[in-house]
Amino acid sequence: MKFEIDGRAAYAYTGGKPFDPALPAVVLIHGALNDHSVWGLQSRALAHHGHAVLAVDLPGHGRSDGPALDKIEACADWIVELLDASGAQRAALAGHSMGSLIALEAAARLGARATHLAMLGAAFPLKVSPALLDAAERTPRSAIDMVTAFSHSTLAAKPSAPGPGFSLHGSSRALMRRLQDGYANAGHGNLFHHDFLACDRYAGALEAAQRVRCPVQLILGARDAMAPPRSAAPLREALAARVVTLPGGHALMGEAPDAVLNALREFLK
Amino acid sequence: MPGSSDPGFDTLALHAGAAPDPATGARAVPIHLSTSFVFDDSEHAAALFNMERSGHVYSRISNPTNAVLEERVAALEGAAGAIATASGQAALHLAVSTLCGAGSHIVASSALYGGSHNLLHYTLPRFGIETTFVKTGDMEAWRAAIRPATKLLFGETLGNPGLDVLDIPVVAAIAHERGLPLLVDSTFTTPWLMRPLEHGADLVYHSATKFLSGHGTVIGGVLVDGGTFDWESSGRFPELTGAYAGFHGMVFAEESSVGAFLLRARREGLRDFGACMSPHTAWLVLQGIETLPLRMERHVANARKVVEFLVAHPMVESVGYPELPSHPSHALAKRLLPRGSGAVFSFDLKGNRAQGRAFIEALRLFSHLANVGDCRSLVIHPASTTHFRMDAAALEAAGIGEGTIRLSVGLEEPADLLDDLGRALKAAEKARA
Repeated sequence: MKFEIDGRAAYAYTGGKPFDPALPAVVLIHGALNDHSVWGLQSRALAHHGHAVLAVDLPGHGRSDGPALDKIEACADWIVELLDASGAQRAALAGHSMGSLIALEAAARLGARATHLAMLGAAFPLKVSPALLDAAERTPRSAIDMVTAFSHSTLAAKPSAPGPGFSLHGSSRALMRRLQDGYANAGHGNLFHHDFLACDRYAGALEAAQRVRCPVQLILGARDAMAPPRSAAPLREALAARVVTLPGGHALMGEAPDAVLNALREFLK
Repeated sequence: MPGSSDPGFDTLALHAGAAPDPATGARAVPIHLSTSFVFDDSEHAAALFNMERSGHVYSRISNPTNAVLEERVAALEGAAGAIATASGQAALHLAVSTLCGAGSHIVASSALYGGSHNLLHYTLPRFGIETTFVKTGDMEAWRAAIRPATKLLFGETLGNPGLDVLDIPVVAAIAHERGLPLLVDSTFTTPWLMRPLEHGADLVYHSATKFLSGHGTVIGGVLVDGGTFDWESSGRFPELTGAYAGFHGMVFAEESSVGAFLLRARREGLRDFGACMSPHTAWLVLQGIETLPLRMERHVANARKVVEFLVAHPMVESVGYPELPSHPSHALAKRLLPRGSGAVFSFDLKGNRAQGRAFIEALRLFSHLANVGDCRSLVIHPASTTHFRMDAAALEAAGIGEGTIRLSVGLEEPADLLDDLGRALKAAEKARA
């Protein structure tokens, strides 16, 4: 589904059903150098079971026009504008990794309009190691390889996503390469480095947490090497969040698609 | 393409896609010989059918053993995913039928396996799909053959019968300039010798019957998608970018940014044409892949020794192996195939058809049959078998001489292979009329 925000095309996948603002809305926000498709299975399931789904492509990612927005806070403003454009009055927010911080900031802005906040693979501060930040800037291909390896806890997550026969490593790497190349070809520069800088520089989580009015759930991967569960402790405390730990790595929606869906559905009840 | 932080090729060949079975603890991949899989409840059933949850429903569409094979080949190729098929031919047909319909056009190398040539030249036109064949190395011909209806460029990493090396980077660039994908048959090379996606190909397939399984026991194929071709920007593939009435109005390119092709190929092609792989076959191919690195290294080493022997033999007119400086693809092979040019090649006897037959019949270790990529050494004399209806002129046009012999070099002790060939060459010499 296409919107126009600040004169630029904005895209959100609606889970294979037309978006109905009268239904309880769920906004799904991807992480760095990803797009809506990382939520593919969860989007369809939620959309076919009573929710109006907006799995967004953040600006500069996938089908939403670039350039990407500089700060986590700016992305949160964009989410609020997208929600306004959709006609939904209230919405649950779920974000993964960088997207979890955007969801947090958006929930803080939305106040009572936010019904739930789910933060997956979340950590704060979301510092990126200098070596990885440097690799993302100078050798983004190798940074993509590193992040692919760090984000997956197994070579054999079953039954794979979006379906049998997909290599989670391979499809994750292909998606990042496609987004990185598409952004560069559009003349916007290095999207991976941009996203990592936004994560690394973000400092507002604890302040934003004070303004969140809705229940919060952290969905963490027990084997997450990018955002180990312990690094979510400041968020858990600041948000009085319930924590669900799943058997998987950072790429939770792919490695544990059913468990993520079950956790989200239970939380959204 | 596998990333620099991924496990190495040999590790992926053993582990990718497989973990100890959670139900039984079985360490080897179990063979799931079950047509169908029980649903937890009605909602679970509906969710699987609607692609809200991932899992297996019916083994024509997917199967746990096949999925291990698919993920393993995808990992070895550095791809987004793969689909196991009933044969290499079925893999080619699945690729074509996913992207093409009546009125579509393909540009293909003329140096193709006979079965592929049959499909493109004789059979697909009956369904309204035309193919223009071009010389593998003629880049202007590739470019000139593209039409508005073209959907696909297609070639083999090592073309039949002369082992013309496909210049994948250049042909891929030509394809991409026009918003088209390049499909490559990588059967002769396997991902151990070359990963075509690294060079720009978009889709790859294998006859798993050959080196992947490696033991001459099964017929199977695997179709692989790199996941990087942008079907939407191309504007030529409404099959992937528009709503598909045959599957809940799904827009595959929206559903999965990198998996659109594989989703449609499985949800339509595998579902409707039904050329799926048996789980038992998948298991046997997996057994082969676990030793693929070891076998390919030995296949190539043995092939080099056989080539060296034949080049020096007085009964041999010529040897067509890309590692020889005399081969037209020598420079390209050095660049694209640094690990070797495989273990299948042809050579020409100094002699006529009768001498060719005498040579074949004198062999004891080399088995005379119509296959390649077995662990055992194989031989065939095209002029008296696969191409026996052709006269000398037609054979020449096909790049085959009356004395052309094709070998697939196996894993035997190389000295024994050379003894066998030496004896047979002597028999051929004696058979001179």
